[in-house]
Amino acid sequence: MKAKSSSKLKTRRAVAVLEPVAPAHSVKPVASVRDRRLKFGDRWDYAPAPETVPVKIDARHELFIDGKFTPPHSGKYFDSINPATEEKLCEIAHGDSEDVDRAVKAARRAFDTVWGKMPGRERGKYLFRVARIVQERARELAILETMDGGKPIKESRDFDVPMVAAHFFHHGGWADKLQYAFPGRTPRPLGVAGQIIPWNFPLLMAAWKMAPALACGNTVVLKPSKTTSITALRLAAIFQEAGLPDGVVNIVTGTAETGGAIYHHPDVNKIAFTGSTEVGKVIAQACAGTGKRLTLELGGKAANIILEDAPLDQAVEGVVSGIYFNQGHVCCAGSRLFVQEGVFGTVIKKLRDRIQTLRVGNPLDKNTDVGAINSSAQLEKIRELVQCGIDEGAEVEQSECALPARGYWFRPTFLTNVTMSHRVAQEEIFGPVLTVMSFRTPEEALERANNTPYGLSAGVWTDKGSKIFKMVGQLRAGVVWANSYNKFDPASPFGGYKESGFGREGGMQGLAAYVNLS
Amino acid sequence: MSDARLDVRKTYKLFVGGNFVRSESGRSLQVHDPEGRPLDNICHASRKDLRDAVVAARSAAAGWAKKTAYLRGQILYRAAEMLENRAAALAGEIARSTGVTDNKARAEVNLAVDRLVYFAGWTDKFAQVFGAVNPVASSHFNFTIPEPTGVVAVLAPDEPSLLALVSTLGPVILSGNSAVAVASEKFPLPALSFAEILATSDLPGGVVNILSGKREELLPHIAGHMDINAIIDASGVEGAARALQSGTAVNLKRYARRALAAQDWFAVAGEDAYWILDTVEFKTAWHPIGL
Amino acid sequence: MTPFLSAPRQFRSTRVAAPTVDQVMVEERAASFARRSIKAGAKLAGLKMVVSMMDLTTLEGKDTPGKVAYLCRKALQPIEAKYQVPPCAAVCVYPKMVRHARRFLGVHSPVRVASVATGFPSGQFPQRTKLEEVRRAAGDGADEIDMVIDRGAFLAGEHRKVSDEIAAVKEACGAAHLKVILETGELVTYDNVRLASQLAMEAGADFIKTSTGKIQPAATLPVTLVMLEAIRDYFFETGVRIGMKPAGGIRTAKQSLAWLVMVKETLGDDWLDPALFRIGASTLLNDVLMQIVKTTDGHYQSADYFSLP
Repeated sequence: MKAKSSSKLKTRRAVAVLEPVAPAHSVKPVASVRDRRLKFGDRWDYAPAPETVPVKIDARHELFIDGKFTPPHSGKYFDSINPATEEKLCEIAHGDSEDVDRAVKAARRAFDTVWGKMPGRERGKYLFRVARIVQERARELAILETMDGGKPIKESRDFDVPMVAAHFFHHGGWADKLQYAFPGRTPRPLGVAGQIIPWNFPLLMAAWKMAPALACGNTVVLKPSKTTSITALRLAAIFQEAGLPDGVVNIVTGTAETGGAIYHHPDVNKIAFTGSTEVGKVIAQACAGTGKRLTLELGGKAANIILEDAPLDQAVEGVVSGIYFNQGHVCCAGSRLFVQEGVFGTVIKKLRDRIQTLRVGNPLDKNTDVGAINSSAQLEKIRELVQCGIDEGAEVEQSECALPARGYWFRPTFLTNVTMSHRVAQEEIFGPVLTVMSFRTPEEALERANNTPYGLSAGVWTDKGSKIFKMVGQLRAGVVWANSYNKFDPASPFGGYKESGFGREGGMQGLAAYVNLS
Repeated sequence: MSDARLDVRKTYKLFVGGNFVRSESGRSLQVHDPEGRPLDNICHASRKDLRDAVVAARSAAAGWAKKTAYLRGQILYRAAEMLENRAAALAGEIARSTGVTDNKARAEVNLAVDRLVYFAGWTDKFAQVFGAVNPVASSHFNFTIPEPTGVVAVLAPDEPSLLALVSTLGPVILSGNSAVAVASEKFPLPALSFAEILATSDLPGGVVNILSGKREELLPHIAGHMDINAIIDASGVEGAARALQSGTAVNLKRYARRALAAQDWFAVAGEDAYWILDTVEFKTAWHPIGL
Repeated sequence: MTPFLSAPRQFRSTRVAAPTVDQVMVEERAASFARRSIKAGAKLAGLKMVVSMMDLTTLEGKDTPGKVAYLCRKALQPIEAKYQVPPCAAVCVYPKMVRHARRFLGVHSPVRVASVATGFPSGQFPQRTKLEEVRRAAGDGADEIDMVIDRGAFLAGEHRKVSDEIAAVKEACGAAHLKVILETGELVTYDNVRLASQLAMEAGADFIKTSTGKIQPAATLPVTLVMLEAIRDYFFETGVRIGMKPAGGIRTAKQSLAWLVMVKETLGDDWLDPALFRIGASTLLNDVLMQIVKTTDGHYQSADYFSLP
């Protein structure tokens, strides 16, 4: 009996980690190492799923000044085209310095007589109205945004437009509570704010700028980007519907010169600009010594850092959404991927597979993940930089998707065999292009991540809590995403360190740019 | 042939768990206007109705607290939309109940709408204003966040029936608490109509429950209830404070008093953001910072 | 008296390493699959594929041979031939019903017979009786065995015990294929699901399966995604393709298409096949059929026109 029981107590060689054993089910076929590939083919193809709601675009769009749509002083217009089809959508008014002057005068009058004096609660209620109307017109706005800028309808519908409503809603609620945001001080509006916005999130950038400015009691002169003016003007129509008093918001469409007229105008109290670092520096120079308040939200070359102990599948997902979301036209895009050497091969493999399932094509197709590049000029820039990367020795991996014949397109791409000395690792590409580099220790990752004149954002992927907080503390960036990427909220301040600009948008800290404190 | 049309009379019911129910006791009370003329019947809530309301509030509390602050704000704004839309009806209720002029009644409703908008705007901001990241003297990330306390009993004053109810409920539910409110005893009809506004505002059932009847009867059961986390006492009743506050001795329920005179509710004193703090708990968490 | 250092100390660890999973990110990724817009021809093809992947299930205490006959007939021919809908992949029944299903379907049926076993659904029975159950079900003609893992042992950290039991069941299956039910609703965390998936595959599972369908939550998109990712990594490591079966909680045709999207975009074409992907369901079938008819005929349908399984 004793022998029987002891035979059950077999001691086993224990291992700390179960190594992958030869499969117990030997009947199953075993693919050779070379054949261990996933096939993303057409066994079950998705049919085209175009957005079908018809949307009317006026052939000609005027300026919006003093509560009315009015023709430009020069009588000149420029074309706005759909970057996915290269077709002309409509004509946009070309505002000049006369128009800007008119707009500033209207804004000043509205500030002095109506808006600057209005109780915060009433101001807030206008913004709540705007938020609601945006929600009601959501479909139309999303389609227009997609047609004008090239971003997938899935993004404009599920991200851009709801965020626009959220920004107006959130800031509407601050209008009568500003004293709580500035303990010990009395906040007062600045007056007229001149705001110049980019083409990557046309409507959302308009909301990011206007909502806090208006909530704090300022009036606005906004200049949308040349290639994407349509939704800003649709927003103007929404302001009319909401009954916003004349002159509180003015929209002057045009070119870089139009923007120049705004930031040179002597009666503008504050300038807010989002765009390239290059132009930001020009504006900073123009505002120097003028007493104008200034905030700048500029370029970035964010580091996305994957540590060995990261949840790898989710990290890859985060990396992909960090660089290919919005075709990479995002200032905070995670364009430099740093992977700890121990998991480098695994991450590359997962990345390679993942980009094969990104659908590039007609932005109005509901299944499109990556839309059109915003303009031919931008496409040229991306091509030039990627070619430079290749010339400097980088290896290119691209998804193998088909591209439409017309329109501006660039396939999701990542570059390996890249070092920090390559141009592609230093300059902002602003396209769906990721550079991948390795590191060995967290300190090295931090050093390399911070080794850039930019400082807008960064990402950290690790399962260890203390490591997250340590790296968050050391990364010189205004927004750090831990185990996440590209998360935005009206309550969360956004802005950069170093040459990525200064000032914050969103949250309590974002209000400071729009008030005088006494 | 007579043109006179017989109107259909309404009984104002209790609002519990998102439903309009009669008192389980089967009792009702008749409400009169200032001249003593009968208005309508209301339900006379019993301690069992209170018990049921607390159960409903408790089961709704977790879900309400889990919603994003943004969504809670949207729902409160929706309540403002609904109230604005039915302003004339509510003003009519106030005028016929209390005898004030139509203008005064309307002014009360307008202010109640604006208060709802005010509170809607706090949901996603008060954590930033009243919370903190604390600079502790060790390598730790340390933050303090407010969390809703749970189920709150709210005792509304007799007047202003609508405005005071809105002003006491707002700061309680915006942070994620659910509430059991005892409506104005003298002028219950406007408060009970407000229940109808809430019922059509996407507010999940059970987040707000409104009882009508006699405060005196319900007070001891509120004070002694082991599953109520806090009491907001705006009743204005002498002696109620002592009875209610002794509830703290039973299960440490939090107690806060709103000692406002009727006209104070119309002023800035009636919308104090710090009232939010009376029904939140501050949680502080630590986590090491290190590789 | 044995000397203190007489035997070499053996480090016996019962914990196994598996990657961790971030809940928020995985749920986001899973939700994105449900946002794909599947229209027209793709929808019809997808729905027919779903039928071909279905394990039509009846697991009730009140099942009888008569009930099983209804089920088998429905699985063989779900709807009139003119809609060109394939038969279901399998029927899934309790062990006692296996021989009745086998008798009804015959030996060479396109519809396979799957049997739950090992003290389904709780698994709280002695291993001896569990193995006997498996042998009998296989002997009665089951092509596939759906076993449940010992969740109690798993949650108590006895991972070796869990995998040893799976290996023993696999042996008892003989020629039958083994699906291993993790009962993800009881494992709760995605980390646990990932670890259990890995254990099951290494111990001999041919398929890993989410749930028994007897508790909530059953199959969800994120939990299935975690398991698909485990299958993917296992394939890269060993070259072996393991199948996936979500079961319970998939009720509508629209939901089922989201599952297909997820498989397609995570594992690719090879897994879009009943040999590697099954859906355990009962009421889902008629909803899918209604959608097929609606897509073909153009009208919204009524349940009255679709036979009950």
